[in-house]
Amino acid sequence: MTWRRTRATAGRVLRQLRHDPRTLALLVAVPAVLMGLLAWILHGRDHDFDTFGPQLLGIFPLVVMFLVTSVATLRERTGGTLERLLTMPMAKADFVLGYAIAFGLAAIVQALVVSGLCFGPYDMTVRGDAWLVVVVAVLDALLGTALGLSLSALATTEFQAVQFMPAFILPQLLLCGIIVPRSELPTILHWVSYALPMSYAVDATQQLITHAAVTTQFLVDVIVVGGFLVAALAVGATTLRRRTP
Amino acid sequence: MTTQAPVSAAPAARVEHLTVVRGCTHAVDDVSFELETGTLVGLLGPSGCGKTTLMRSLVGTQVVSSGTVTLLGEPAGSPRLRDRVGYVTQVPSVYGDLTVRENLSYFATVLGESFEAVELVLADVDLCDHAASMVGRLSGGERARVSLATALLGSPSILVLDEPTVGLDPLLRRSLWSLFRRLAAAGTTLLVSSHVMDEAERCERLLLMRDGRILADTNPAGLLSSTASEDFESAFVALIEGDVLGSGGVPKAGEEGL
Repeated sequence: MTWRRTRATAGRVLRQLRHDPRTLALLVAVPAVLMGLLAWILHGRDHDFDTFGPQLLGIFPLVVMFLVTSVATLRERTGGTLERLLTMPMAKADFVLGYAIAFGLAAIVQALVVSGLCFGPYDMTVRGDAWLVVVVAVLDALLGTALGLSLSALATTEFQAVQFMPAFILPQLLLCGIIVPRSELPTILHWVSYALPMSYAVDATQQLITHAAVTTQFLVDVIVVGGFLVAALAVGATTLRRRTP
Repeated sequence: MTTQAPVSAAPAARVEHLTVVRGCTHAVDDVSFELETGTLVGLLGPSGCGKTTLMRSLVGTQVVSSGTVTLLGEPAGSPRLRDRVGYVTQVPSVYGDLTVRENLSYFATVLGESFEAVELVLADVDLCDHAASMVGRLSGGERARVSLATALLGSPSILVLDEPTVGLDPLLRRSLWSLFRRLAAAGTTLLVSSHVMDEAERCERLLLMRDGRILADTNPAGLLSSTASEDFESAFVALIEGDVLGSGGVPKAGEEGL
């Protein structure tokens, strides 16, 4: 692995995004509008937006990044460009980290714009530090990228890839504690929720909603999400095959 | 970047009893041959005969069932070959949502090549006028040339080109074949596939393939004379009929056996 190739890959992915301004606009506008819609729906209902807003602030980017990355990497797999890169002196880590860096930068812009709107005009407040909410949102978006990268290996068409979103992301959304607190889930589902990365992402935000100071639980959550992120990238790298049947 | 293999005695590539089974068919069936350094070898045969599988085995992207493939003294697909073997797939494998120059600059960086190399290969494939065009908006032939230009980056010692001239206009096809001959003269070993039999005349040596096997290892003149044919199309038909009848009329113009 070399920094030169990783950086070139990240730059190339960003250049592709730049040539597709509509995707770039959607990347920022969709979560921004969704959060606005949520703020409007919950307007005047006590502190409901302060409860649901920060939690969904991390989840919308995760979903968007998951979709974009799984389609982008599937294109590389089916279009022959991945095979070509792997016949060149390119490490699998160069490819995976290149994508992570490119979409990570996009995620930072996305998170800054969306949380700027939330904490500004949408009037969202949390007890903890607002910038930590942004950090969790970026981490979630990166997790979405990493999951998209590795799960795209299971898809052979774009139709399949987009359906992985409801298949892999929506169950996590149901079990992550937004709809029903995880401790109140049926026992088996409670256990299952421990194995899902989104549970920790949402718990981290819940810590920021309810505590002014950084809690140990928050740090544990962030470390676990980071662990899932690294693991998903590693799995993503192993799904890249230099030799195929 | 890379220096050409100085030893002329060792072949650039050696394929020994290569067999690739895909599903229940033998895509490549006990194939053996050698490629001498600095030669332009045509791999001809109808589509579906195993040309692409054979080429993928040479590049090292194909899971093979048995046999060995050695390039420049290394097993195919070995990390040390990655900047010494160029490969062009049949379907252009470049990014449609980048310009021609952005595509080439990216691959050049991956290969550790300078940006001057990009301008050189652009001229080689006659795409200087399109350098700033988005690849996705180019014609099929132009896109194929972007893909070819990518493989030329880094001046690899061996070039494996899967149908690089299909669908191109005759003038362009002629200029690409003269580029291939120039590269071969400079010491590059080229294996170029085509399903258009008439392209046979442009090669120094021919490998004719059908149903995963090599029917003949010959040269253009040898092929025509041994089959008593006027053109390459009928020469190939004659070869197949001879093969089906088992008459043993398989010509071998080269010194190396099958």
